[in-house]
Amino acid sequence: MSIKALPMRDAFLERIYQDMNCNSSIYFVSADFGSPVLDKIRENFSDRFVNVGIAEQNLINISAGLALEGFTVFAYSIAPFITMRCYEQIRVSLSLLSEVRPMNVNLIGVGAGYSYVVSGPTHQCYEDITIMRALPNFQILSPSDHIAAAELFDNCVNLNGLKYLRFDAQVLPIVYESAAPVISNGFHVHKQGGEVCLIATGFMLHTALKVASEFERDGQLVSVIDIFDLTNFSDTKLKALLDSYSGVVSLEEGFRGRGGLDSMLFEFISRRNISIKILNIGVEPSYSFELGSREELHEKVGIGLQSVLEQVYDFMDKLYLNNN
Amino acid sequence: MKKNIFYQADNLRKKALWVWQETLAIHLRAPETRLASSLSPIEIFVALYYGGVIKFNPSEPLDEKRDRCIISKGHGSICMYPILADLGFFPLQELQRVCQKGSFLGGIPDPIIPGYETVNGSLGHGLGVASGISLALKNKGSNQSVFVVTGDGELHEGANWEAIMFASHHNLDNLNLIVDNNRISMLDHTDNIVSHSDLSKRFSSFGWDCKEIDGHDVIAVQSSLLKQKNTRKGKPKVIIASTLKGRGVPGLQDVPLSHIINPKPELIESLLEKLAVKLLEKEG
Repeated sequence: MSIKALPMRDAFLERIYQDMNCNSSIYFVSADFGSPVLDKIRENFSDRFVNVGIAEQNLINISAGLALEGFTVFAYSIAPFITMRCYEQIRVSLSLLSEVRPMNVNLIGVGAGYSYVVSGPTHQCYEDITIMRALPNFQILSPSDHIAAAELFDNCVNLNGLKYLRFDAQVLPIVYESAAPVISNGFHVHKQGGEVCLIATGFMLHTALKVASEFERDGQLVSVIDIFDLTNFSDTKLKALLDSYSGVVSLEEGFRGRGGLDSMLFEFISRRNISIKILNIGVEPSYSFELGSREELHEKVGIGLQSVLEQVYDFMDKLYLNNN
Repeated sequence: MKKNIFYQADNLRKKALWVWQETLAIHLRAPETRLASSLSPIEIFVALYYGGVIKFNPSEPLDEKRDRCIISKGHGSICMYPILADLGFFPLQELQRVCQKGSFLGGIPDPIIPGYETVNGSLGHGLGVASGISLALKNKGSNQSVFVVTGDGELHEGANWEAIMFASHHNLDNLNLIVDNNRISMLDHTDNIVSHSDLSKRFSSFGWDCKEIDGHDVIAVQSSLLKQKNTRKGKPKVIIASTLKGRGVPGLQDVPLSHIINPKPELIESLLEKLAVKLLEKEG
């Protein structure tokens, strides 16, 4: 029987809700942002739910205070607001302070990339991976379906530390129907074979899978890896994998060349001395006010299916010429 | 948990004078420290720590039963160094090494200092974090109080007002704020920058219990703090302590640019000498 795809936030919040029944140390703090599952939390755990209002700076400081007193905190808002509006609060009261006073604070940002399709650039989020990577002591988690999102819960509640979870606002197709990914690996191999490996995060995993299917139709194998932990993935396992390819392509729904997944991969490849050609696919850095479907917006900024196919074809051609 | 120290009036005044002297002496050795803004809150901290207000435990600084004291005006709290050393949070000799390699006492206090709860110095964070702590303590049924010391210039940071609204909405009557109202920011009097004249009206209109006092009358500060701590009527509480930036130092006291003026070492030396003579005369 197939599972119905859900919004990531509802799947994750359902795990929080279930755990709050037996775990009195969980506190949920929202910056006036909701969800159907959150309604249950608000109703049944009103003593451990607090809405700070549209005040993200206070969201972070209140969360820090609660965590300093031993609560496991889940702080919840729209992705660009919970990262950028309160960046210095995150830096000072969480990242810096946790050097001496460990805290379990989990920032849940909903609306990765273009997922708030018609809301425009204020609500879309192309910078969060970059700026959150800049902070020490943060684990950045970026799932690609609701099953992976829910599976992250145990890591969040059991690991005393700071985490940033970037969730898509749309319901994404299920990619982990048969089994949830192993969270400790930090990535999951969906397709293996060929000379080129696509490494994608969040929504872009779905584009990568479509790209691989197109190549398969032409009889060509392309590997696909979903990287959902952008900070604590298994270094050794990823190196072992990448060592077997001639080329790697990073795919992210964030600005290209600005310190996101592409930079992470560059640094990793250079640090681990992996001999491989690299192609980075991401959003051409600029803000756009155009309306359209997510797919149409993606094509405009260079990360739509057609656009990615062209770039990967081109990359493979060059690889082939180089290798022969 | 050690009992809180309760000094009588004369001893409190003597202690405040000693802290003033030590703060000058630290600045003489470490001119990187902010002197003027560390001289205005001396009586506030002396009343808090020696006046029987705060419960603390130097041998276990994060003792669950302690009252939480968040020193939000980080730079302007160098006077806490001698206080914490005197109370046994760390050896007095450490005061000789402020800003030196290997010392944990920097130009702006860090949370590695025993007795400091949070990150300070980046302004406007303390009250929000303290509000979260206050909420947590209430939720846990803990009776401990939370104290926050901010400057008035710091209240220009908008995040404070998010916390001020939050604290009254949640009836955080275990939260006690003390504003070191020296009325001077970095470049000028706060009233000339963005005025927050009639601060008490502003706090009252946000639902806080508010009291204005002379921040250099250590006895008045002590009695107000004791009363404030024991008042739990569903409202967060603020004491607006009227103080002088750079108090007691000619060329610094109430001077708009005092935050960034370093007095000449000879001036500090002569002030310390005069004070020593005065004290000797008194004893004689």
